[in-house]
Amino acid sequence: MARQRRPEPEKKKPGEGSGKEDAIEVMATVVEPLPNAMFRVELENKHQVLAHISGKMRKNFIRILPGDRVAVELSPYDLTRGRIVYRYK
Amino acid sequence: MVICKSTAELEKMHRAGLLVWEVLEKMRAMVRPGLSTKELDEFAETYTTERRAKPAFKGYRGYPGSVCTSINDEVVHGIPSASRKVREGDILSMDFGVVMDGYYGDAALTVPVGKIAPEREKLLRVTRESLERAIEKVRAGNRLGDVSAAVQHWVEKNGYSVVREFVGHGIGTKMHEDPQLPNYGSPGQGARLQEGMVLAIEPMVNSGSPAVKVLDDDWTAVTADGSDSAHFEHTVAVTANGPWILTRPREATGPVW
Repeated sequence: MARQRRPEPEKKKPGEGSGKEDAIEVMATVVEPLPNAMFRVELENKHQVLAHISGKMRKNFIRILPGDRVAVELSPYDLTRGRIVYRYK
Repeated sequence: MVICKSTAELEKMHRAGLLVWEVLEKMRAMVRPGLSTKELDEFAETYTTERRAKPAFKGYRGYPGSVCTSINDEVVHGIPSASRKVREGDILSMDFGVVMDGYYGDAALTVPVGKIAPEREKLLRVTRESLERAIEKVRAGNRLGDVSAAVQHWVEKNGYSVVREFVGHGIGTKMHEDPQLPNYGSPGQGARLQEGMVLAIEPMVNSGSPAVKVLDDDWTAVTADGSDSAHFEHTVAVTANGPWILTRPREATGPVW
């Protein structure tokens, strides 16, 4: 009797964020660069949060400058910190 | 986790396998136009229980029959029924397994009913040959991908396609053990075969597209485009002397079915 094929582990689609679960993704503008690849960014709701660069962006040397529009993922647990997952051109 | 079997265990699996072979050969001889698939099912169940073994499929995840009977565009897992009779020109896949002394055997073949169209003859021949080519690859040191690719290569070379949704499997004290063995793949990929591994190799081949769908009974798989499908299977062990087909007599030679 043939066995039902088990699904392969799901591959992430491009643009689907960092894959870390439960994050809230929001638009933001970079305000100032800080040491250790961190940035202060201003969200669309005018809150300022501390954001670091996602591993994927760091690996691919995506440069981020003050004034850049970026996508930030916020942890639902600590809304004062975030992760930059995309820099818009 | 893949479980390797000792020689004593392989002997037990061979005894289960021989019963599977015997039942399938007897069912093959019964097939004639007008036969209902239920008659095959009843025969297999009686014959098996009389020999102190159990049909392996019955009750497996709620499967109601002892045999899977799949006609024409049915790929696998067709449920036997008194109202389903085979007709002249049909192709009928019979898939059967037993558990005896704690060990499983599993095999299948597709047979013509009366005289069939040459295209169907060819589909059966190519599918059987793809199984033979796959068995030839069951040697210690080869990889699972070598077995899979042997099926896929021969099938696609002949203009048919292999079903992706269902796969062969390891077998032993359970009917479905690791690894899963797709009928498609790349040579040199996948786990290495070792002495004592036992695989149920089962090419499922469609004459049209590889897509299948499962009917409302939750079991019967049919080709999405209504094309014909064939299915052959043996339980094969990896030994020091190469492949050992557990579901047929040791002295048998020639085509595997």
